[in-house]
Amino acid sequence: MKIAISAKGTELDSTVDPRFGRASYFIIVDSDSGRILDVIDNSSGKEAPHGAGINAAALVAERGVDVVLTGRVGPKAFSVLSAGGIKVVSEMEGTVKEALERFLKEKPQYSKGPNGDGHFSG
Amino acid sequence: MKIAVASGKGGTGKTSVAVALTLSLNGDVTFIDCDVEEPNAHIFINPEITSKRDFYLEVPEIDEKRCNFCGKCREICRFNAIVSFKRTIMAFKDMCHSCGGCFLVCDQKAISPGKRLVGEILHGQGKGIDFFMGRLRVGEAMSSPLIKELKKEALSEKNGFFVLDAPPGTSCPVIKTVRDVDYVILVTEPTPFGLYDLSLAVKTIGELSIPMGVVINKAGLGIDDEIRNWCRKNHLRVLMEIPFSREIASSYSKGQSLVHADEGLKEKFLMLVKEISG
Amino acid sequence: MKEILVLSGKGGTGKTTLTASFAHLSKGCVIADCDVDAPDLHLLLRPRIEEREEFQSGVMAAVMEERCTGCGICEGLCRFDAIKVNDVAKVDEFSCEGCGVCAYFCKEQAILLKDRECGYFFRSSTRFGTLCHAELKPGEENSGKLVAHVKEKARKTCQEEGTGLLIVDGPPGIGCPVIASFSGVNYVVIVTEPTGSGLHDLERVISLSRHFKVPSSVVINKWDLNREMSKEIEKRCMELEAEFLGRIDFDENVVRALLEGKAITEFKDCKVSKSVANIWLKIQKKIQGGKSEPRKQ
Repeated sequence: MKIAISAKGTELDSTVDPRFGRASYFIIVDSDSGRILDVIDNSSGKEAPHGAGINAAALVAERGVDVVLTGRVGPKAFSVLSAGGIKVVSEMEGTVKEALERFLKEKPQYSKGPNGDGHFSG
Repeated sequence: MKIAVASGKGGTGKTSVAVALTLSLNGDVTFIDCDVEEPNAHIFINPEITSKRDFYLEVPEIDEKRCNFCGKCREICRFNAIVSFKRTIMAFKDMCHSCGGCFLVCDQKAISPGKRLVGEILHGQGKGIDFFMGRLRVGEAMSSPLIKELKKEALSEKNGFFVLDAPPGTSCPVIKTVRDVDYVILVTEPTPFGLYDLSLAVKTIGELSIPMGVVINKAGLGIDDEIRNWCRKNHLRVLMEIPFSREIASSYSKGQSLVHADEGLKEKFLMLVKEISG
Repeated sequence: MKEILVLSGKGGTGKTTLTASFAHLSKGCVIADCDVDAPDLHLLLRPRIEEREEFQSGVMAAVMEERCTGCGICEGLCRFDAIKVNDVAKVDEFSCEGCGVCAYFCKEQAILLKDRECGYFFRSSTRFGTLCHAELKPGEENSGKLVAHVKEKARKTCQEEGTGLLIVDGPPGIGCPVIASFSGVNYVVIVTEPTGSGLHDLERVISLSRHFKVPSSVVINKWDLNREMSKEIEKRCMELEAEFLGRIDFDENVVRALLEGKAITEFKDCKVSKSVANIWLKIQKKIQGGKSEPRKQ
């Protein structure tokens, strides 16, 4: 399974970026091996005046990701991820590694809808 | 003649002045409330609305069956209103600025014109005034296209006397309102806030090279001299001073016009109009 | 850290005056002026600017005249009437939305999209604490992006200084900048005045706070200008479950304080000053009571 985690840095020890659309990076990890497959740099996307979430969701969807772990997702980003068949677990905290472990161990519920409001409120 | 009434800051009495000026002219005047986010001139003019229409922006409607997922529309859209990935394409109507770029680049005829409600345009009559107002839909972010459309409709009769109530501030919707008017009246109050916000407004409207003058509202309340001196230094005419009075403030809060509280102001407004049209 | 957001809906209700007073009474806070359309807080706080940086958002078209052949394609395509061709194309920067259609279709590649310089961001010191504020260039608009930026800087400042309180002077209206100003807020104070439009705006701002699950409270400024309307507003607050914090008299001392560049609470013996102090006590109790969970970061 391919898992994308919104992160403030590029390593497994980096902190989870609570904002999905305006995250600095997305770290894509293979859940079986626990290895980083890819790092998406979202630094230009997160500076967009509007619609950063839409853009970020498309970036992630293009990579064939199965699950997104993040803090908050706005309504538009959520609908893009859903259209791409990607499941979302929100309210994630701590480091990328911790979020990943929590996801694999606790199997938290997938989000049924957005939990952010867009408009930089994330 | 088209006169816009503007002010850098909210709450200086911009709408009060615009309405009082209009009422002083005794009919044969068109009032256009361009403060579409918070239109409230109708509270004072109380017109009977005779027509109302919705205004839409043209936005993309995508036919997935025709789309070959080339990604050109996503690429040209700078507002993240279109996303595509793999064999999925989505349009977000409320992100769209209606630039038309996506229609132009699509060679599969997969994009057809859809629409997004921006707001409504109301037209009516009251107190001998031909009255127009725009009202932005709650949740709509773009007011400029509505202002443009409102002006187009209200100004379609080329001749006559028009008073435009501008939105507060100095940003894009204000510029849309004052563009191609003959004169801008800036309403300020004699406080440091008033002066500072006036200076911002003068800077903005100055860039458009439209003649302008100042009305000092709530005069006698503070730094009147400082405002007058500042105006003199910046070659701005002080057209009128409306003295501060508790009665006026109180009657405003009850939805009554300045000229209702002080009949004598009518004569002064007529003089003002004569002065700026002369 | 606790964060208080002061909002008003309509301009001119006394939001800035109250924000300055709260800052004075708090005896130690960081202040963020997010009312970038009418950034008047600095007139009361008289800041000394310590840090200044340029702020960009979006793009606009720029013509490289030496390449332009004046063919007029761009003018025909621009839906914003923002480009006009005489000998060469000229961009009207006020009208340009930065859509890039002109640049895309220019056969000579004579049009570039350059970053739009919107204004400046400042960090300053004041007698009540550090102030984070911004200034827009003429014709530029306040945006969620700028509000988010000012707030981010203010929060960082709180952390660096170890200050536990952030007071935010919010933008007017209920649009994108206001929505952006809600992030991380613990408590909202809405300043209104007793007019029909004041009530209308108040209802819209309360419903926004409810949407964000932030407790909101209401102050009626100049309440005695229309006592009936004030009563109606208090009643609406009850119905909408917003806490009613108090009334403030219409008083010319407020203008006098303004003229001296002071917060009204720096005027010791005036009634308004006492009303504001009482209101502040209530706010303090609320935010220290710990009942209000902050919105998650």
